[in-house]
Amino acid sequence: MELVGSFALLLAFCLCAYAVVAALLAARAHRPLLLESAERATVAVNGLLLVATGCLVALLFANDFRIAYVAQHSNRALPGFYKFAALWGGQEGSLLWWSCLLSIYIMLAVRLNRRTHRLLMPFVIAVAMSVQLFFLLVNNFAAHPFQLLAFTEGGRTSVFTPADGGGLNPLLQHPAMVIHPPMLYLGYVGFTIPFAFAMAALLTRSKGEQWIHVTRRWTMITWGFLTIGILLGARWAYAVLGWGGYWGWDPVENASLMPWLTGTAFLHSVMMQEKRGMLKVWNMALVFATFFLCIFGTFLTRSGVLSSVHAFAQSPIGPYFATFIVIGLVASTAVLLSRLDFLKSENQLDSLLSRESSFLFNNLILLASCFAVLWGTLFPLISEAVRGVQITVAAPYFNKVNVPIALFLLFLTGVGPLLAWRRTSVESLHRNFTRPLLVGAAVAAVSFVLGVRKIYPIMTVFLGIFVVATIAMEFHRGARVLRQKSNWGWLAATVALTKRNTRRYGGYIIHFGIAVLFIGISGSAFSVEQQAEMQIGSETTVGGYRFICRDLKMSETENHVSAAAEVEVYRGGRLLTKLYPERRLYKASQQPTTLVAIRPRLQEDIYVVFTGMTDDGQRAVMQIFINPLVNWVWIGGFIVVLGTLIALVPSAPPESFVLQARARRAAAEKERDAVPV
Amino acid sequence: MRSNRWKFILGSLIILGVLTWLGVTGIRETQTYYLTIAELQAQERLPERLRVAGDVVAGSIRREQGRVRFQLQQSENHLNVVYVGSEPLPDTFVDGAQAIVTGSLGRDHVFQAHQVQAKCASKYEAVPPGPTARPPDASN
Repeated sequence: MELVGSFALLLAFCLCAYAVVAALLAARAHRPLLLESAERATVAVNGLLLVATGCLVALLFANDFRIAYVAQHSNRALPGFYKFAALWGGQEGSLLWWSCLLSIYIMLAVRLNRRTHRLLMPFVIAVAMSVQLFFLLVNNFAAHPFQLLAFTEGGRTSVFTPADGGGLNPLLQHPAMVIHPPMLYLGYVGFTIPFAFAMAALLTRSKGEQWIHVTRRWTMITWGFLTIGILLGARWAYAVLGWGGYWGWDPVENASLMPWLTGTAFLHSVMMQEKRGMLKVWNMALVFATFFLCIFGTFLTRSGVLSSVHAFAQSPIGPYFATFIVIGLVASTAVLLSRLDFLKSENQLDSLLSRESSFLFNNLILLASCFAVLWGTLFPLISEAVRGVQITVAAPYFNKVNVPIALFLLFLTGVGPLLAWRRTSVESLHRNFTRPLLVGAAVAAVSFVLGVRKIYPIMTVFLGIFVVATIAMEFHRGARVLRQKSNWGWLAATVALTKRNTRRYGGYIIHFGIAVLFIGISGSAFSVEQQAEMQIGSETTVGGYRFICRDLKMSETENHVSAAAEVEVYRGGRLLTKLYPERRLYKASQQPTTLVAIRPRLQEDIYVVFTGMTDDGQRAVMQIFINPLVNWVWIGGFIVVLGTLIALVPSAPPESFVLQARARRAAAEKERDAVPV
Repeated sequence: MRSNRWKFILGSLIILGVLTWLGVTGIRETQTYYLTIAELQAQERLPERLRVAGDVVAGSIRREQGRVRFQLQQSENHLNVVYVGSEPLPDTFVDGAQAIVTGSLGRDHVFQAHQVQAKCASKYEAVPPGPTARPPDASN
């Protein structure tokens, strides 16, 4: 089995190299058959990688501990569900998974666009397959997933098969962890496609804005996956790690946020190019930056460079990634510079009060945020290189910079979409914003009266509600116009409106989701946390809730040993719920992990963590958190994803509505005529 | 036309200025120096927030009311540490574990740790992609 897998990987590598060369030759000599051959090579590479991945999964399920990867990341007692997740539980497997997903993306991109973008295709294949080639290089020569466990003794190498594996990291044994990495990877990997199209457009000096539509679409798809991936990661951190929050500005989290920020910037600024022919160079730069940040994110999380600059040289894949990033950056910058003449802006900024300027500010601060995150993440490396001492910065730094940025973004989210292109009149400002501002201010005032006294949360509520109000007004306005022309109800009119311009109204729904999400985040300013030592019968009060410990018991399964408590939660005299926080020690890996007990509610979560036993072994130490509004983060995220899906559906052209209506009317008339009088 | 461009640049500069200021003060407030035990003991003037790594010396862990005293070892050098934080110590904190302590050096040359991270010496493997486990003091 491992031979099949290894062979498939090697063959994929060769075919991939062939695809790059064939595509380039096809472009140069204009040979359609060669191009077709290159296109087929992408399919073959995809098939081979699916085989290789399938082999690794089969080996995991077969408990074949001769294979180093299986021995290190799985064990016999591991449930099947998580054996599959072990595929991305470690370095070699996750890089193979990266390759596999990339090959799927490339195959689809080629399939779907080969007719419409005939001229771009050779370069799209060449660029995308070069990236694939790099990953296959790593798969084959730096992080081979089918390595056997072997030791050398007196010049003779023998294969060693342990009785059982080391087991999957228990933190990863959670349902969200089965789906989070694939989503995040789909986000990371997918940015290769926009990158390939952008490069191809530059290389061919492709006229027209056609390529930008295709790039935007692929960017939206991968952006959607990245968003889901980040949110699932946050959700997993909240439900599993047991520190009461969901975002800690951890380097790995930052690595996923950075391409999200530049990707978001691109999705906005690309409209400037479509509508006004501006920012062409900038958009290219954003596509490149997003792609390289994705690779860089993989590099950061995989190479161990963050623990120290020196660790990176020891990691087998660090140098590979560093070389690839440098070569890629140099090559793409060179291409960009050589095509500057072709990227001349067609227009200029007309007024500070215009859609253009709101996009510019949007981009400015998204990039500033990305840079701040990058700086903070790399600070230990920079300080080590410059001053010889590692200095780390903590979450307060990131919050300090990013909270004002987030508020300003929220403000732009409300204002930007309603400003006119070129310039906006004062009268339209008044018409568009007076009511939303009043609504926002009213809700902010109410929350102040209700006891919210911190400046940032109040501003978040004010701006968030303002955004929601502007969006509601836009939907209302559009639906009213439609209703005047037809006899639709409000709901039908809103749906029809959205269908007609999915991109615009999908975008509004995404904005709505972001506003909800930010309001959810602002709740974290009011989290309450308290530690309590409990034994059976003891009680404690946190945030207006009374907690009584009813039971403490130990139990054991094949996979783990656990200690669990039963805690009753009262408010006033009323029993609200029973919670069962638990602490497990996984046998194979000897790693402890906590199972957080959460009572989720829209207004606030009750979150109880069993952190351990006291030294005398008599009492359980509980960490109790009350987390207001947390669930709005997930709800907001859900709305964002929904909006992305809507925006991806092609708009139904209004003509078809008219035609349909006409046909319906004709049919109705026919029916009426047919009825004998 | 031209004046709009200047207005935009001016606005950008103001925004970037404010953000830079926030960033610089933010770094200053949270920067933590990662030193070896040897560096720590050699230096005269130490920064406020420090982080030190080492192995927990076997048999050195002593628990006294609300505090835990132990010794860290890094090659030849030893450092006495007292843990004064409120969070319970991680389960991985045992004799021989690799630990990272964050805090400051007291006048008595005992390191006052507010936070202790530990990992079992043999079983550690970098956590795969996706958010990793983080110290319990991290907040939103």
